[in-house]
Amino acid sequence: MDKPIIETSKLNFYYGSFHALIDVNLKVGRNKITSLIGPSGCGKSTLLRIFNRMNDLIDGTTTSGSVLIEGREILGPQVDLVDLRKHVGMVFQRPNPFPLSVFENVAFGLRIRGERRKNVLEEAVCKSLSSVLLFDDLKDKLSLNALQLTLEQQQRLCIARLIAVTPDLLLMDEICSALDPMATMKIESLMLELKKQYTIVIVTHNMQQAARVSDECGFMLLGELIEFGDTKKIFTAPDDQRTDDYITGRFG
Amino acid sequence: MIDSKLKEKAAFAILLAATIIVIAPVALILAIILINGLPALSFEFLFSIPRDGMRGGGIFPALVGTFYLIVGTALFAIPFGILAAIYLNEYAQRNRLTRAIELAIINLSGVPSIVYGLFGLSLFVEFLGFGASILAGSLTLAIMTLPVIITATREALSAVPRSFREVSFSLGASRWQTVRGVVLPNAIPGILTGTILGLSRAAGETAPILFTVAAFYLPKLPTSVYDQAMALPYHIYVLSTQVPNVSVKVQYGTVLVLVGMIFILNIVASYIRSYFRKKKTW
Repeated sequence: MDKPIIETSKLNFYYGSFHALIDVNLKVGRNKITSLIGPSGCGKSTLLRIFNRMNDLIDGTTTSGSVLIEGREILGPQVDLVDLRKHVGMVFQRPNPFPLSVFENVAFGLRIRGERRKNVLEEAVCKSLSSVLLFDDLKDKLSLNALQLTLEQQQRLCIARLIAVTPDLLLMDEICSALDPMATMKIESLMLELKKQYTIVIVTHNMQQAARVSDECGFMLLGELIEFGDTKKIFTAPDDQRTDDYITGRFG
Repeated sequence: MIDSKLKEKAAFAILLAATIIVIAPVALILAIILINGLPALSFEFLFSIPRDGMRGGGIFPALVGTFYLIVGTALFAIPFGILAAIYLNEYAQRNRLTRAIELAIINLSGVPSIVYGLFGLSLFVEFLGFGASILAGSLTLAIMTLPVIITATREALSAVPRSFREVSFSLGASRWQTVRGVVLPNAIPGILTGTILGLSRAAGETAPILFTVAAFYLPKLPTSVYDQAMALPYHIYVLSTQVPNVSVKVQYGTVLVLVGMIFILNIVASYIRSYFRKKKTW
């Protein structure tokens, strides 16, 4: 494996006294889709939110261990979170566009970086919308309020909003769970398209989705990363009995 | 079946009666004020100074004084109130200190207005040497209004979905950029409504201005913030208890002007609220 883009070692995380992540050691490869699966409450979303330090928004949490992204330690108080989040972006479970126009949604990230030039903003908006295959549908509706779009379009827009600020790493937290199967399929093909340029980590409840789109897969249970490896292997010949039980539907 | 229908009718009747009992006194008060006060209203009544030991003439100095006090209160209370609310809601960590501050704010809104008046007298009028003045009165009213504005602003900020903040942070926005770009624009209607309601309450208060600004009678308008001023609530008190033989018409007319002013402020506040609620899409 090439040099991993994310590397965690002895990662532990607590909500108050609840031990949510236990000694997680994980390596995420570049330009791959890595999926994290496991039953509700296993810590997969918590792990994802470590990578852009979103857990910092919650009071009373403690983290220990090490997380390297592109070789740089991202835990600890000295890390510039604004800078980190410029490199590590996140798409959320529910489509959550701002109550602004389509254009302003996509331009948001550039505006907060101080970009004012209209032509630069326009170009970035067009390019981002194109890369999520939304430009043809919306090119005449850029001033439409984003909340009037369909849920699938809203989720694409949220991905476009993220891509506009050119992160290296996309974290996707169950981004299809509010969508119907057709929309899910389209978003999945978008993920495969995006993988050429970005490294993607997804969290999903949907095991078929993990099997369909991801290159590598981690199975988590009660805060531990039970098994991690090639997706095909995890789904056909897992090493651990618990992984086998989960993917064959004996629990979860 | 009959029994449940009967109960339904009884419940309806009782609830309706309770509502009428609540509304009737308010309607009655307004009706009496309108009937007795309307004949007094005229251009001259609003825009001339009192004459004949305040038994005749108009209420212009009191009207102007109250207007100055509202503006002064707004100038002090709105910036500090909103900034403090932003700090408490968006920046401060939940710890013992912030909980103590929150408790203090809740308690402040329960302090009787006469206590604010005496506080203003000792701090602004005497200790800081502003004397009885528009400055001292505005500051006193502002302190009284702060808890209302802080509470209303915090409620408006809390009503902005958490997901908006998360997205903004996840896109690399700083806390201030998130507040400025995402939270505030969506909280402004609630903040405006709460602020106007707080100011309208301040406009009608008598006790806080009693020792800090209100003048019994001034034949001319104030010219600086260090001047005393007449004010509508205190003027009403004076007309009804301190000056003999004031015509009922003048008393009610003055009351009508004050109530009308507050009423207009409240209507503006609820209009803003309903206008933005219709526009709100999340």
